[in-house]
Amino acid sequence: MKNTLYSILFLLVVGNLLAQQTPANKQSHAYSIEGATAHIGNGQVIENSLLIFSNGKITFIGSAKNKIARQGKVINAKDKHVYPGFIAANSTLGLVEIDAVKASDDQKEIGIMNPHIRSLIAYNTESKVIESMRPNGVLMAQISPRGGTLSGMSSIVQFDAWNWEDAAIKMDDGIHMNWPGSFTQGQVQLGKDVVMKPNLKYPQNLKKIKSYLTNAKNYLEGDNTKAHLPYQATKGLFNGSKKLFIHVNGQKEIIDAVTTCKQSGIKNIVIIHADGANYIADFLLKNEVSVILDRPHKNPNSEDEGYDDTYTIAKKLIDKGLLVCIGMEGEMERMSSRNLPFYAGTFAAHGLDKETALQLITFNTAKILGIDNLVGSLEIGKDATLFISKGDALDMRGNILTDAFIQGRKISLETHQTKLWKRYSNKYSK
Amino acid sequence: MKNLFLLFSLMCCFSLYAQDYFPTNSGVKTSSKTMVAFTNATIYVTSEKVVKKGTLLIADGKVIQVGTSVNLPRGTQIINLSGKSIYPSFIDIYSSFGIKKPKKSSVNYTKTQYEASRDGYYWNDHIRPDTNPIKSFSYDKKEALELIKAGFGVVNTHMEDGIIRGNGILVALNSNSTDAYRILDSKSAQYLSFSKSNASRQAYPSSKMGAIALLRQVYNDAYWYAQGKMKNKDMALKALNKNKNLVQIFKADNLLDAFRADKVGDEFGIQYTIVGSGEEFERIEDVKNSKANFIIPVNFTKAYDVSNPLLAQQISLRDMRKWNQEPSNLKVLSENGVRFALTTHSLKSVASFHKNIQKAIQYGFDRKAALASLTNIPAAIIGNNTIGNLNTGSHANFIITSGDVFDSKTIIYENWVQGTKNSIQDMHIKDLSGTYMLHVNNQNYELTISGKGTDQKGVIKKDDNTITSKFSYKDNWVSITLKDGDIYTRMVGKIINAANVMQGNAFDSQENITYWSASKKVQKQDAKKSKLKKTTKEMITALPVSYPNLGFGNYELPKTETILIKNTTVWTGEDIGILKNTDVLLKNGKIVKIGKNLRAKRAKKINGAGKHLTAGIVDEHSHIATSAVNEGAQNSSAEVSIEDVIDPNDINIYRNLSGGTTSIQILHGSANPIGGRSAIIKLKWGENAKNLIYPNSPKFIKFALGENVKQSRYSYGTRFPQTRMGVEQVFIDYFTRAKEYDLIKKSGVPYRKDVEMETLAEILNGERFISCHSYVQSEINMLMKVAEKFNFRINTFTHILEGYKVADKMKEHGVGASTFSDWWAYKFEVNDAIPYNAAIMHNAGVTVAINSDDREMSRRLNQEAAKTIKYGGLSELDAWKTVTLNPAKLLHIDDKVGSIKVGKDADVVLWSHHPMSIYAKVEKTIIEGKIFFDREEDIRKRGLIKKEKSNLIDMMLKEKISGGKTQIPVKRKDRNFECDTFEEL
Repeated sequence: MKNTLYSILFLLVVGNLLAQQTPANKQSHAYSIEGATAHIGNGQVIENSLLIFSNGKITFIGSAKNKIARQGKVINAKDKHVYPGFIAANSTLGLVEIDAVKASDDQKEIGIMNPHIRSLIAYNTESKVIESMRPNGVLMAQISPRGGTLSGMSSIVQFDAWNWEDAAIKMDDGIHMNWPGSFTQGQVQLGKDVVMKPNLKYPQNLKKIKSYLTNAKNYLEGDNTKAHLPYQATKGLFNGSKKLFIHVNGQKEIIDAVTTCKQSGIKNIVIIHADGANYIADFLLKNEVSVILDRPHKNPNSEDEGYDDTYTIAKKLIDKGLLVCIGMEGEMERMSSRNLPFYAGTFAAHGLDKETALQLITFNTAKILGIDNLVGSLEIGKDATLFISKGDALDMRGNILTDAFIQGRKISLETHQTKLWKRYSNKYSK
Repeated sequence: MKNLFLLFSLMCCFSLYAQDYFPTNSGVKTSSKTMVAFTNATIYVTSEKVVKKGTLLIADGKVIQVGTSVNLPRGTQIINLSGKSIYPSFIDIYSSFGIKKPKKSSVNYTKTQYEASRDGYYWNDHIRPDTNPIKSFSYDKKEALELIKAGFGVVNTHMEDGIIRGNGILVALNSNSTDAYRILDSKSAQYLSFSKSNASRQAYPSSKMGAIALLRQVYNDAYWYAQGKMKNKDMALKALNKNKNLVQIFKADNLLDAFRADKVGDEFGIQYTIVGSGEEFERIEDVKNSKANFIIPVNFTKAYDVSNPLLAQQISLRDMRKWNQEPSNLKVLSENGVRFALTTHSLKSVASFHKNIQKAIQYGFDRKAALASLTNIPAAIIGNNTIGNLNTGSHANFIITSGDVFDSKTIIYENWVQGTKNSIQDMHIKDLSGTYMLHVNNQNYELTISGKGTDQKGVIKKDDNTITSKFSYKDNWVSITLKDGDIYTRMVGKIINAANVMQGNAFDSQENITYWSASKKVQKQDAKKSKLKKTTKEMITALPVSYPNLGFGNYELPKTETILIKNTTVWTGEDIGILKNTDVLLKNGKIVKIGKNLRAKRAKKINGAGKHLTAGIVDEHSHIATSAVNEGAQNSSAEVSIEDVIDPNDINIYRNLSGGTTSIQILHGSANPIGGRSAIIKLKWGENAKNLIYPNSPKFIKFALGENVKQSRYSYGTRFPQTRMGVEQVFIDYFTRAKEYDLIKKSGVPYRKDVEMETLAEILNGERFISCHSYVQSEINMLMKVAEKFNFRINTFTHILEGYKVADKMKEHGVGASTFSDWWAYKFEVNDAIPYNAAIMHNAGVTVAINSDDREMSRRLNQEAAKTIKYGGLSELDAWKTVTLNPAKLLHIDDKVGSIKVGKDADVVLWSHHPMSIYAKVEKTIIEGKIFFDREEDIRKRGLIKKEKSNLIDMMLKEKISGGKTQIPVKRKDRNFECDTFEEL
């Protein structure tokens, strides 16, 4: 009985979805979503809302009590919630398909200083991992290269595209730098725990970075008679058109990194991971540095830290006035990116109010990545990249999507995984 | 210079030690048997028996007599030791003196060596009881000198290499003799450890639990060999049986290893003497209960240099505490009646030995106990009553000191070994310490002398300003060079009148000679004396120990309480479902009542209004709280058990509690098709390893399929199997052999006990359950068919990411599933893993659990359960069971835990919200009526950690500023064990 009901239920859904073209065609008619609780992304909430979008852009957002004409297809979303599409910062989606298969791994180039490397051209729009993001509301990401000291350039993409050119929201938005650590692993002794000791090479490493940036700047200010691809790639850092994303941990390291890069003439700095940032918030504010935090679902840094230190860090930083969002780098980062809403939810459980937590994967992310003119909130003029969820999208039980749109295009929520689910559920229901 | 002199004096006496029956070609044959008497000394005959103003008479390397009235034969050389003391020379019974261990081959081999490289010996190269180090022993005079200077007379040395290391040899540190005399026992004690031999690259054992299992099997095999049942000769087993009656000395790298070793010994009726780690104070009750003799190192951590606060932040409380508490170890051991000897073994320099003992004494270690632990106890452990005492007939091994041997001021003058003198400090040198008025060149200076023996140093001041000068005191001559203004003055002179005055001639640079003198200021002495008294009285108390001894540890273990949780929402996990506004009473560690308006006198009442009460979470697949995960050096490791290597000091236990997890199965990893046995434990933070394990725990073993077992990511895999095809054959082979084994065993004929086969036979007999790591459908199906062929059932498929493809077959077979909520894409075989897996299997009637296999996820399994609602639409009740009742069922512990039901263990969690809400936080985690996690208590503990750390930082700063040695800060690296973690032993 239960099974029959079950199969009828999803056949209805399947029927609805199978017809969809992936990627979806350009928005041909307007949509009006009515009655939903709209989570704007900037902290505001509109109960019983009306959201209208056409030609890929939001044209109206406000109360459904507004007596204005509904346009195009009207979606009744009473008791549901509408959210701006979630954005995963500092991710490697599309650069690796299967972790353990080297042939499918394109995230890390050899060499130390590779500012000219571009992640975008390796971005695989057909990745099965990427399509699994969409049913959870994760619709965009910053795709960052890894490795070396200067890893290369990231780009920002949306998740419903034929190829990387279609996918790009912002090409080559910034350059990623891995700041050296002041601790290094000591000798491993039998029967003893592994310990880290101060890295004696740290001051040298710092000097190397400093002189590289100085040379790059001098090169750019000089005659440029001979091509130097890496130096040329850093131009945007000095004229402010590109951000420098520094992957760095530790109070000392953060201060060193920001000071060194600022002194070298780099304008816009974002720090990633940033353990210890809560102790030097004033310094970061003064230098206009924003922070891409790690997922809260990671272990505290040391034995003596509170079990919830990784859950409460967002609140600590936001209370100090910093601009903060959530990034993905770390273990199992690609397949776990679909849990982005639950990371925000965890931050909400541990201090933030829900709408502020939501900002960490929408508005704040857009602002930090420099795409807030296009996405990140449900505001007029922005891309209609959004979705409707049956319940609270930051909670596993509520995050059940009925419709999702990228740039106004109604996208498929079908994936490799949902297909298998249906195939095998069918097998047993017969 | 001094050393040269000593060596020279040693060489002179060499001829005395030529054996009687050896021909002489260097002159006429002589013999001399001199009697030497030491008179008027305070003589420690043993640590218990002291003779004051006594005489010690020795001859021919032995003690003739000790006492107050000793008849001295004619021709006795008499040495008056008035005011001095005699102690038996010390003994170190854990030494590698004169024996070099083989070096590890530095060649980078690409292929793993699975087989043994020795012929005619045991199948495992790391079992080397046949090692008799006499063959490689080479008396090391330089090393001996260091030991002699520290007061040692005898060491028991061995080849420090391998798991079973062979016998030791007892050597007197008689540098001017030959091995013929100084080797007191050529087969004394047998040594063991958990560390592999450097002499072989054989991969097994690759883990501590492998080493433990190997030891057990060796003992079984030695027994079988002794019965004469083995068809072949085995020189290793033969030697092991021969060494059986020797003292068995086991080197443990840390305290957990000490308990592990003791457990193995107990199983075979062997009481090891355990070489400890200095951490014994951390679990002294367990140390006591082991009933083992211990050999304890006296090596203390230096304080950390905490002057840089950013670096200081990185040091864990555990490491900081260690510095503070370690020196109290000897006191704690001795006050608890543990019998132990001391060793210099782990010291970088033997010279620091006395300083460390003095430190331990400052922390309350009794001097008498200290002496016993260096003399009669090691002698007794090694079973030799002719050393470590000065009874008649014992070896004339003794030291002559200026006073109490454990005082910092005391000088060891001489160390006699086998009746041969080793001079360390000139006995006639005077203690000049004090302040003197120095008169030279018509000027008055103040000379302050400090230090002892020939290391006495002087500082010269004039009108409170320090003057450039150089002072030395050697061979009873004082020499001083002084630079006052531009004028240099050199003085030489002697001590007159009981060290109160020194005088002599002074030379200027023109060699003009004048007279100089210095006389001691008397009044200063009193001040000095009182200062000395003060320092000896000042006892240091170490910080209290917590269980485990790190941040968030419990100073006292939680006690079973009667607890009434009032007016809450109860997720029973049983058919009655969720009960609102309900009370639950916990008593004697059990759930005793569930109902409305319950009353219980004297119960601790917890207001549960607005909160939710659930059973504790059960994690079917965990790798926390263990020191090892994989024994992967063979394709089957059924002989190993995680129960042998539980680590109760893992902070992840506490963190799991903070997420509501109360019971876990610690599984072996997935390095081989037949893995090791599991440990099923409750997360009773603070208890020892043994007490964490479920009483009468159901027996489990880990099996594994797929990429890991076929070494897919090895560049040079050579171990069978390399394909899924081979994996099937491994199972069939082992089960066929286990069946044969079991038949023989049951038939009653004698058989060679094989732990691996015993384990596999338990599976065939339905006494042990398999939890099998599995991914793709083909192999899942295969294992079920293999089991059916051997007439048993697989209990659980863990991971089971393609379980949804064979859910109907699984249901039919009767196997349960323990899966991830949403992991996939991390390797090729999880390409078809889908988050709907749990729901599909559940709908097909399979018992489904959600597990972690991850120390981070295991502290929020409630969220993972919630994902089964999102993916596949499980009901909330069914979803919640995936982390409570269902894993309890799979682990056969559902009669005790997994739901809130009268009669079950009081393992419950109080949540702030709906337990599967992302917003839910754990308020309290209770196991058997004991509160192991409490949100408020946790905040208090954080405060304590902060306070204790800053307290310790102050102490370390003080240590540094007052000139103590420090070390650079270190940061503890987080351990991360997963299925495919392969740690090298």
